Amino acid sequence: MTRGWTLYDPRLAWILVAPVLLLLIFFLLLPIAVMAVYTFFTFVTAGVETSALTLANWHEFLTDAYYHGFLIKTLRVGAVTALICGVLGYFPAYFIWATTFKHKWLLLLLLIVPFWISFTIRTFSWIHILGEQGLINVTLLKLGLIDQPMQMLYTEGAVIMGLLHFLLPYMILNVYVSLEGIDRTLIAAARSMGCTSAQAFREVTLPLSLPGLAAGLLLCFVLAAGSYVTPQLLGSGRDALFGNLIYDTIMGQLNWPMGATLSIVLFVVLGCFAALYTRYMGMSQIVKGLGG
Amino acid sequence: MSAAARGNREGRWAWRLTGFVTLCVYIFLFAPIIATVVLSFNASMFGGFPMTGFSLQWYGKLLGNEQVLAAFRTSMWIALVTAVITTAVGVVTAYTLIRFEFRGKQMLNTLVILPALVPETILGVGLLVAIKAVDQPRTSLLLVLGHILLAVPYVVLIAQARMVGIRRVYEEAALSLGASRLASFREITLPLLVPAVVAGALLAFTISFDNTSASLFWRPAGVETMPTQILSMLKISISPEINALGTVMILVTVGIPLIGGLLLQGLTRLRRRGNPEEKT
Repeated sequence: MTRGWTLYDPRLAWILVAPVLLLLIFFLLLPIAVMAVYTFFTFVTAGVETSALTLANWHEFLTDAYYHGFLIKTLRVGAVTALICGVLGYFPAYFIWATTFKHKWLLLLLLIVPFWISFTIRTFSWIHILGEQGLINVTLLKLGLIDQPMQMLYTEGAVIMGLLHFLLPYMILNVYVSLEGIDRTLIAAARSMGCTSAQAFREVTLPLSLPGLAAGLLLCFVLAAGSYVTPQLLGSGRDALFGNLIYDTIMGQLNWPMGATLSIVLFVVLGCFAALYTRYMGMSQIVKGLGG
Repeated sequence: MSAAARGNREGRWAWRLTGFVTLCVYIFLFAPIIATVVLSFNASMFGGFPMTGFSLQWYGKLLGNEQVLAAFRTSMWIALVTAVITTAVGVVTAYTLIRFEFRGKQMLNTLVILPALVPETILGVGLLVAIKAVDQPRTSLLLVLGHILLAVPYVVLIAQARMVGIRRVYEEAALSLGASRLASFREITLPLLVPAVVAGALLAFTISFDNTSASLFWRPAGVETMPTQILSMLKISISPEINALGTVMILVTVGIPLIGGLLLQGLTRLRRRGNPEEKT
């Protein structure tokens, strides 16, 4: 043991976590703080700003309906995506949990495989399904059911579809982890006391799996509302979300103070949702879902 | 009796519905990916359906595309470095968070997860603004450190989950028998952590290799990573070459973890005997 230090000395602990702690401070906390300060800087012209403090950026954000529209649309798309994910994701999670299929691990593995496939590729592959030369249009044209391709790509529906594709595995795994935590004897007990399987599900399984569902909803909502690539690839200009707005403001218009303002807005809004949620659900659920 | 029978029938239908929706969800998850793989062998000049014939020409063209190869090399390097460093610091952090008691531990526990919960766009802008504020150029080092930040939560979570199941008496026994701190970690803890180390490294590699949004902000001027290269190619058109590229990427990113997993399985099977491993 090291000179004079106890076995699990707190000083040693700090040394061991130092690299990660420093990274978190300098690459996460400080940048967000700097960004918050930047929202009060004065925008001069593309790429140039002065540190003269001003409320102009916040004034512009709070008074311009253009920004409010973006924010509301982003929250709406996020909420719709999360809800559909919740409904569609519960079934597979329940199925994997309840099935007597011997190779359950295969079903789980198939859920993890999409995480390994490049997100960009998964997203653009929807063009092959929804596009003018996509599977649906080409098939329907061949069958003579339509005479010209339907416009499915570059719509809000396509964006939500892409987000669902990306988020469903998160949701399913979250619910599954929560279901796995249920003591199965509780369900057997409910059945033996005369519950039908539907009643047992409604009274026992569903309520006990709600924490996982709730954590999944939050995760899907936050990830959908913060997305950039999906609206970029599958949406038209009108379907851009807040992430795209931030990117264009900074990389396109080079208006850094406004870009920082918009980032802080998104951060605070999503943070509030997450805080509200964790107040009721506890952080542990989300952590479980991520590590699952 | 009849009520129970009705209940059973209801249950059976509900189960069938569950199975059906599950099947649909799996099809939904994989149909687009399969379409991309299939189309990469299409002879047609255009990137979409219908199939006009089988051809490998797009793979050949890909091999001659210097930009794509450069982006591939860049991404490989960044992902490798990210995976190695993240795994090292992440595993040590997880070990410390489980074994040690110190003030601020809970806070650190939460802080470590944060990069996974904050939208990437915000992380991207934040770091970029901070770099601009101190007048530093965007470098590859910055990109790597950024990727480490993004991957650290996952590695720490995976390693923590494994650490919980490793009883400290093993390490302490080694210490009491005269092993040094480092030796006890290297000889006892680390071997028991191997599955978490491998899983964490693979995940960190994939997170880095796959990262798009944040990389768009952080990459040095003129440097393309694989995903940003694909994005800029997509801006022009959906060429069949992109399908081929996508297929190659799928082979790389799905193949590596699968092979890793199989190797791991073989490894654990080899040393199963006499291993005081706890089931987690």
